[in-house]
Amino acid sequence: MEVALSVTVAIFFAVSIYLMLSKHIIRIVIGVAILSNAVNLLIFTAGRVVREVPPIIPVDAYQPLGETANPLPQALILTAIVISFSFFAFLLVLAYRAYQTLGTDDTDEMRLAEPKGEGLPPLGY
Amino acid sequence: MAAEAGKTVDITGAMVTEPVALGDWLVVAPVAIPLIAGAFLLMYRKETRIHAGVATIAFALTFLTEIGLLMRVASDGPLVMTMGRWLPPFGICFSADILGASFAAVSGFIALVCSAYAARDINNVGRRYGFYPFLLLMMAGVAGAFLTGDIFNLYVWFEVLLISSFGLLILGSEKEQLDGATKYALLNLVATTLFLIGTGYLYGTFGTLNMADIARKADDLRATGPLMTLAGLYLLAFGMKAAAFPVNFWLPASYHTPRIVTSAIFAGLLTKVGVYALMRTLVMLLPPERDVLGQTIAWVAVGTMIIGILGALAQSDIRRLLGFVVISGIGTMMAGLALGSPLGLSGAMLYAVHSMLAMTGLYLVAGLMREQSGSFSLHEVSGLYRDNPLLAGAALLLILAASGLPPMSGLWPKVFLVKASLDVGAWWLAAAILVTGLLTTIALGRVFALAFWRNGDGENSGSVDGPKMQLGYAAVLAILVPVAFLGLYPEPAMLLTDAAAAGLLDSSAYVEAVFPQGRP
Repeated sequence: MEVALSVTVAIFFAVSIYLMLSKHIIRIVIGVAILSNAVNLLIFTAGRVVREVPPIIPVDAYQPLGETANPLPQALILTAIVISFSFFAFLLVLAYRAYQTLGTDDTDEMRLAEPKGEGLPPLGY
Repeated sequence: MAAEAGKTVDITGAMVTEPVALGDWLVVAPVAIPLIAGAFLLMYRKETRIHAGVATIAFALTFLTEIGLLMRVASDGPLVMTMGRWLPPFGICFSADILGASFAAVSGFIALVCSAYAARDINNVGRRYGFYPFLLLMMAGVAGAFLTGDIFNLYVWFEVLLISSFGLLILGSEKEQLDGATKYALLNLVATTLFLIGTGYLYGTFGTLNMADIARKADDLRATGPLMTLAGLYLLAFGMKAAAFPVNFWLPASYHTPRIVTSAIFAGLLTKVGVYALMRTLVMLLPPERDVLGQTIAWVAVGTMIIGILGALAQSDIRRLLGFVVISGIGTMMAGLALGSPLGLSGAMLYAVHSMLAMTGLYLVAGLMREQSGSFSLHEVSGLYRDNPLLAGAALLLILAASGLPPMSGLWPKVFLVKASLDVGAWWLAAAILVTGLLTTIALGRVFALAFWRNGDGENSGSVDGPKMQLGYAAVLAILVPVAFLGLYPEPAMLLTDAAAAGLLDSSAYVEAVFPQGRP
């Protein structure tokens, strides 16, 4: 199970890095979304995959008897999902607004904040 | 469970049973106060009249609690508080040591000054778009990052400050802002995702996220766990957040686009949170891995210093020039991190404190210069000394500070770092620090010569007096006081950063505060 999940995580990373190498903002945004999903799966796998034994401590015991599933990675992933989802929503709106305003989603042409050929500062009075 | 009512369960092994002492609430107050005030102002978003007052009062309160926390931590050692009363490592801790508390106090001071400056700078439209709530929530994130004792919690605070900074960055929705914010948002998101990858691996290796627990378990796991991978990932992720070369390109693309007060607070604080996280993870949690990476970090530091300041020399927009000066300052801090000696780390911390103050001050001065002359371009700003000698004096003092010249605050940390480099024979690192100092003097000195001394043909239109300008002067003066104090009488700050560096290198007091008497 771990091997299959690891391979999936690797494929996710490869896809996201490929997309992020693109010039176009929309592809980069999708790449970032896939990257965050890759990380979620990575945390899930790194937290050890155990059969579905709920981590419930019996009434008369202080510790779980035997191996149970680890709830913490799921809590971490849930936090990360909420954060990455809200970021993705924000990024989509930002990318769309940037496309509307700048008229391009090609990062090579998005040079408004850092214009080309601005020249040197004055070298004397 | 009602059926178990007759049976008493001993919970002392799992939970904190005694109530929290009143003084211990200090450790969460710097996060709680801005969060509450931010939520309050979000509810009253349209009542723009009250925004500046409420926010400034909240920042003043936060600053006071941070000062109290720093004094408490400096005298009694690290202060720990656990959320939900669960004992660490299960409950999430806030654990403040001198490093975290002093950075939090300086950032609180900067937030207070910027909040006052913004009262004159941000108009009603900006306030209705939520400038003050964003600022308060961002400061909650910054304080949380400085004070938390849990590495996943650190990630959450990074995201809190990041999403609030997006809001501040695009306030106004100008074309340049959308362009800059796109790059800032994407690259910073990738950096925090790298941090999360590292944290996932760390949890898989250690089975814990509590920093004190990680620090004491690292030695046993070194033989089997991939700790070097973790250190490498953290170096890349936090180096990206700190804008270290070669992953610094989001900073010059975006820091000059927002309102000047936003630029000031970003330049002062956000990159330093990355530096703080580098120190925390590499020096306290994974010191042998930092030793292995030391040479790499040193070259990164040299690259950041030199490339940063060469970028500054080529700029004609004052804000963009200052952005590159911020980057080269990050290189100086990385030099201390690369050395890893007590003196080097102490110098890096002192430099971080100095850089927070000086860079914020320089951006605020740039804002006032713009109000006088109507431009940020070095081709256009001129003759300001004639119109406004007071501003010229403030600018000169801050330029001396940022260049590392006496009598201001930049001198001592550079002395420390140069000495620490020479102690280990890294003459090239010392040379890079000194050359960077010279180039910074040239870059900023040219700003002064062109903007203040050059005889311009045009008249500067802005008025020199009036309550609006006076509030601006007051903010710059408030920054200048600690900058001058650190330069003229560095002894207290040096003692503090020495203690902070010692606490970072020997984490036993920190671990002891989280796990008293070696409790499992």
